[in-house]
Amino acid sequence: MKNFRRELAVFVRTVIGRAYPRLIGLQRERSWLFFEIFLPLLGTSAFVFIYRALGAKPEFTGFVVLGGAMTAYWMNVLWSMATQFYWEKETGNLALYLIAPTSRMAILLGMALGGMISTTVRALAVLVLGSLFFGVTFTVSDWGSLLLVFFLTLVALYGLGMIFASAFLLYGREAWHMANLLQEPVFLLSGFYFPIKSLGFWISAGASLIPITLGLDAMRQLLYPQAGWGFLDVWVETLILAILSVVFLVIAHRMLLWLENVARREGRLTVRGQ
Amino acid sequence: MTTQALRKETWRESLRSLKVAIWLGWQIESNWTDPFLFAAYSLIKPIAGAMILVVMYLVVSGGQTNNPLFPYIYLGNAFYIYVGSVLMGISYAVIDDREHYGVLKYIYVSPIQVYFYLLGRGVARTLTGTIAVIITLAFGALVFKLPINLITMDHALFWPVFLIGLAGLALIGILLAGVTLITARHNYFMGEAVAGALYLLCGAVFPLDVLPKFLQYIGLGLPMTYWLEGLRRAMLGTSASPLLAPFSNETILLILISSTLFVGAISLSFYRWCERHAKEKGLIDMQTMY
Repeated sequence: MKNFRRELAVFVRTVIGRAYPRLIGLQRERSWLFFEIFLPLLGTSAFVFIYRALGAKPEFTGFVVLGGAMTAYWMNVLWSMATQFYWEKETGNLALYLIAPTSRMAILLGMALGGMISTTVRALAVLVLGSLFFGVTFTVSDWGSLLLVFFLTLVALYGLGMIFASAFLLYGREAWHMANLLQEPVFLLSGFYFPIKSLGFWISAGASLIPITLGLDAMRQLLYPQAGWGFLDVWVETLILAILSVVFLVIAHRMLLWLENVARREGRLTVRGQ
Repeated sequence: MTTQALRKETWRESLRSLKVAIWLGWQIESNWTDPFLFAAYSLIKPIAGAMILVVMYLVVSGGQTNNPLFPYIYLGNAFYIYVGSVLMGISYAVIDDREHYGVLKYIYVSPIQVYFYLLGRGVARTLTGTIAVIITLAFGALVFKLPINLITMDHALFWPVFLIGLAGLALIGILLAGVTLITARHNYFMGEAVAGALYLLCGAVFPLDVLPKFLQYIGLGLPMTYWLEGLRRAMLGTSASPLLAPFSNETILLILISSTLFVGAISLSFYRWCERHAKEKGLIDMQTMY
């Protein structure tokens, strides 16, 4: 019991310790905050203007602004979760993580927690500024469901990020290219800038493995109940997101243990400039 | 050594720097994986990028592709791949060599013309960009029946516009490389911010006419606006932008040449200034750990 308590305390302290730099980084380098809001806003604006050039209905502007805000999470998962161990390896920190008397899962959870909170600030800024610039109004039909869907989307999404982080432990330069490859195809498959239903049932069903697909679709249904672009019922999407959250966290835990062993055996943990 | 011989030697060195940098850049871009995965990577990324716009268009148009805006959007997006590739390729080479591999200082002490070395790294990214552009265009022509005919298109307009535009992009890339040399924590954002701003302002995927008036004026001042317009006119034969329609093809070309020369003059002198400043402040071998 005493041992368990001590281990739990170390686990919690590790989570807080790893989340801390992500949060404190927000105010240490404020110009980054500007760029991280400004860049997604540029892309979002371009997509809004495409819809305006095509004469699309006003709700499409709202779809794009919401999608633009959610890109912040996907980019955070890719570049600050999935590739994080690769960066740590390159800067020589990974070995220090591994010899620290703590759980690797706690390090990943801390990264995820810090990333979630700091990214929420950016996503909110994109959402608010995008809505102000383009006159978007959202009508929330059910706040409880909206918050639940948003929370489950983040848990499942960062669970997926933890799986990627474990997988990318083995990679050298491929990690960077793989993360790069997971940008446009995922923006397409997850329907960041258009309703996912338009891709047809089977593609949308396959894309639902990426939590942001169902999360975005459910949030759009809750914000634009009259639009009629929903893929599945909100409660079904919520249930799938809850299942994905649990499954991804379990897989991430298993993969981390397994791939760390593989990386140790193959001597990949300290290889730099690969 | 006579002045003429010295000049000849400098040219030889510049060419050698360019050649070596192209080779090195190509290796960095392509040898991270096996050829099959590299081919898949080269194929998936640009097609997915184009498909986002295609689906957006199809959702609104109800499946019709006969609107002149469709080829306008598709072509603009395809050629815009070069903007990201060249700008990021050149400016990122500084970060890569300085921060990642820690070799920038060795490049500076070796018999290499750094300016040409950076251009060479940009050429390597242009090559991978060209693969992406060709794949995107071929995909559009085959799947969406884009009205592109490589034989009958206006070659007299296309090639000068295409090459001058690429040169202009390389010069902007050098300018960004200069900024990267003297900045520590913002360099990762530079290329992306400029490429993102150009995407919005130069009418890459929508006619400038839909932008608010003050943004239209900024767009009209950018060389890339005329580059994309010239390429579209050469390949499609028409312009879908009422704002640019009054400009003749010759005017488009003239504006592109003069704006590229202007950018070139600024880029060269600014890069030299940044380089001197970086040497004075000891920034060439800076390690920011970002």
